[in-house]
Amino acid sequence: MEFFRQRNDIPFMRHALKFNAVSTITFLLAVFFIVVRGLNFSVEFTGGTLVEVGYSEPPRLETVRHALATGGYPDAQAQNFGSGEILIRLPNREGLDTAQVSQHVLGMLQSLEGSEPQLRRVEFVGPQIGKELASDGAMALLLVVFGIIVYLALRFEWRFAVSTIVANLHDVVIILGFFAFFQWEFSLPVLAAVLAVLGYSVNESVIVFDRVRETFRKKRNMNTAQIIDHAITAMISRTVITHGSTLMMVLSMLIFGGEVLHYFALALTIGIIFGVYSSIFVASPMAMWLGTSREHFVKPKKEKQDEAVV
Amino acid sequence: MNRYPLWKNILIGLILLWGVIYTLPNFYGEVPAVQVSSAKATLRLDHAGASGQIEEALRGAGIAHTGLFTDANSLRFRFGSSEDQLRARDVIERSLNPDAQDPSYVVALNLLSASPNWLTSIHALPMYLGLDLRGGVHFLLQVDMPGALTKRLDSTAGDLRTLMRDRSVRHSGISREGNAIHLRFRDVEQRNAARSAIQNNTGDLQLVDRDDGPGDLRLIATLTAQAQQTMRDFAIRQNISTLHNRINELGVAEPVIQQQGADRIVVQLPGVQDVAKAKDILGRTATLEVRLVDDTPGALEAALAGNPPFGTEIYSDRDGTPLLVRRQVVLTGDRLVDAQPGFDGQTNEPAVHLSLDSAGSRIFRDVTRENVGKRMAILLIEKGKGEVVTAPVIRTEIGGGRVQISGRMTTTEANDVALLLRAGALAAPMEIIEERTVGPSLGADNIAKGFNSTLWGFIAIAVFMTVYYTLFGLVSSIALAANLMLLIALLSLLQATLTLPGIAAMALTLGMAIDANVLINERIREELRNGATPQAAIHAGYDRAFDTILDANITNLIAGIALLVFGSGPVRGFAVVHCLGILTSMFSAIMVSRMLINLIYGRQRKIAKLHLGQAPN
Repeated sequence: MEFFRQRNDIPFMRHALKFNAVSTITFLLAVFFIVVRGLNFSVEFTGGTLVEVGYSEPPRLETVRHALATGGYPDAQAQNFGSGEILIRLPNREGLDTAQVSQHVLGMLQSLEGSEPQLRRVEFVGPQIGKELASDGAMALLLVVFGIIVYLALRFEWRFAVSTIVANLHDVVIILGFFAFFQWEFSLPVLAAVLAVLGYSVNESVIVFDRVRETFRKKRNMNTAQIIDHAITAMISRTVITHGSTLMMVLSMLIFGGEVLHYFALALTIGIIFGVYSSIFVASPMAMWLGTSREHFVKPKKEKQDEAVV
Repeated sequence: MNRYPLWKNILIGLILLWGVIYTLPNFYGEVPAVQVSSAKATLRLDHAGASGQIEEALRGAGIAHTGLFTDANSLRFRFGSSEDQLRARDVIERSLNPDAQDPSYVVALNLLSASPNWLTSIHALPMYLGLDLRGGVHFLLQVDMPGALTKRLDSTAGDLRTLMRDRSVRHSGISREGNAIHLRFRDVEQRNAARSAIQNNTGDLQLVDRDDGPGDLRLIATLTAQAQQTMRDFAIRQNISTLHNRINELGVAEPVIQQQGADRIVVQLPGVQDVAKAKDILGRTATLEVRLVDDTPGALEAALAGNPPFGTEIYSDRDGTPLLVRRQVVLTGDRLVDAQPGFDGQTNEPAVHLSLDSAGSRIFRDVTRENVGKRMAILLIEKGKGEVVTAPVIRTEIGGGRVQISGRMTTTEANDVALLLRAGALAAPMEIIEERTVGPSLGADNIAKGFNSTLWGFIAIAVFMTVYYTLFGLVSSIALAANLMLLIALLSLLQATLTLPGIAAMALTLGMAIDANVLINERIREELRNGATPQAAIHAGYDRAFDTILDANITNLIAGIALLVFGSGPVRGFAVVHCLGILTSMFSAIMVSRMLINLIYGRQRKIAKLHLGQAPN
């Protein structure tokens, strides 16, 4: 079987400007939503208590909310989670004996009428831990970006490094934009997914640029745009097959992984799709605008000159 | 040219065989077991003695165990059925702990891998499952170091007062202000005398002069950096050992109690569901009380007959001897700064040295002065029950806060008493700053979900690859399976903790690893299209794809390492598997698949067609 038999190069770069416009708009939209709506951080980052209980027959949420409000937790949030589970979130607040909150809440739920709740999980995160996790996450992101720039600059040249990083930060911002727009919960595993996507999409750009470099050396009669078109066309089959495969795995996680892996898999799905898009339509045109040309890849051959004898 | 030398084939074969062996234990599941560990910090588990005693007891009861495993702190016996396990637990309990009120050993139910002994003996163990997969409680405790420092400075201030008095140095006040102790003097001579007295007495203090005008000369003492460090280390160690003692009571099979960072302690209790009890035990502060013993003739007998004199109650010491103790508390454990075993300076008998803080010293001096010749009981009160740790006779008035308990003690007893006294109070208060509890049903669910995602994702990829690339696709799928196996083997060998994010990383790594094979297969197709012979196409395909694969994996590895460095908890579990998976995928996607392709095509002189699924030119 073969999906792609491209005899002629697809003129990706001819439409580069249009795609760049689209990317810029999506990017700005994502930034807008991140700024305006903000991310819905999980308790790991904000600090607080999360209690998940399972029921054979869950009580109505109003009952639970009422019980919590009258029991001294007016700021508690309760929501349905999966089938028959209820998730309760409590922010940290001054003067609350945090260590006892989960017991207290569980006791309260047990005293409600109806089926007996089963403790599924409790997460309590003190305020200082939340701050640390947030700053560690930011540090990890910086380290990845820095490491990749250094590696690409060494391996290729700075124009490629810059275009790759811009393209992939564009992906990261768009993932975050989705999370902000839909107010999906941004937890530690989601952060891990974002960073994994960063590594993975860079890999995509690397593969295209690798091919660009090779084509520059081989084809002497093409201009930069043609060379990029040629390289992308040559790799398009591999790009689609690889990402299709990775996507199958991620979708399998989305389908079978349950609530805990849900947002993790979702972040990966968005990241993979935009990763493909950005390496073709963001990174490559950018490398072109930055003025990549053959001279950057083909080392000038030193012609041997016989030294003149005086 | 498409042949690996024999040694290379053998090497790859051996690595795969290693992978099979170390993956095996994960398939055997678990069997019931009984775990025996020491219940007292002072009692070291005597492996040979205890196992002999247990084996004898089990033989006596007619229960056969199916394997004995030992590690530094515990003995584990495996049993054929949970019925045997329960009976064995009772038998062992009766045999090792004749006195149920005062158990010397913790006998707990546990699960052990059912893998055959030969696997266990080569250290092939199943993967270590994290709490989110097996259920249990995780706590992160923060030790209040500033609190410990304040406590230490308060007691040092008391020591300095005593020192000044002993050396007849006149001062106009000693007080703690923030993290420093201020000593005030009226004239320089006294201050110099004080300085040399302190310097001769201790090396832990840094002294600085400060003149706040005539008649207000100060000497400011702070703890040296080294002394502070020692104090912190001591506080952490002390708290960890106290936690160990307490958690032992819970009978948890494999508790993890570790220092994390400078001032944090991680406690993980797999399988524990009763969080309330666990928290209660962690947060409990056993209290020490010093009270006077009522030795009035006849009073004890009356009390035993159910008629204690007014203001007294009965406590037993550790041998069970009853003692009539006054209700009035002379001192509590808060006043105790340290307790160390040692020897009496004159008689060389084993002794326990206690240091009290300044307030405690004053009270102690007054009480001992008025009660020379009488007995004084030190009680450890835990879980509402009191026990007399020791009840020495007061020989003389004791001032200065340095107390020595000696006489009729062995070295072991001295150690024991010192430890109990110290365990009475945590060196520094602790606070729970993170808690994760996972119920057993959620743990099992998580395993199933993680397993299913990986399985179905893998099947989808394998089917697709085989349809799209036919034989080459099948080889890629086999290489992918080898990757999964090697990854599991590596995780089992390293005993890295597998969490749900770890399983997700496993799935993701597989999804990404197929990239290498796609690159290779596409490159071979391309070479064929450009007119290369099949053999040359295979060679060039693998060769040229290698650089690209390396590049791609290095960027992935950079992301993985950043996660490993800065990640904590779930992210770290993800990162470990991700990084290891990238390494195993490099090996299997390139070496294993190449070996298979070589074995299939390498020996044919002329190949009509490669089974790569490409459309005819």
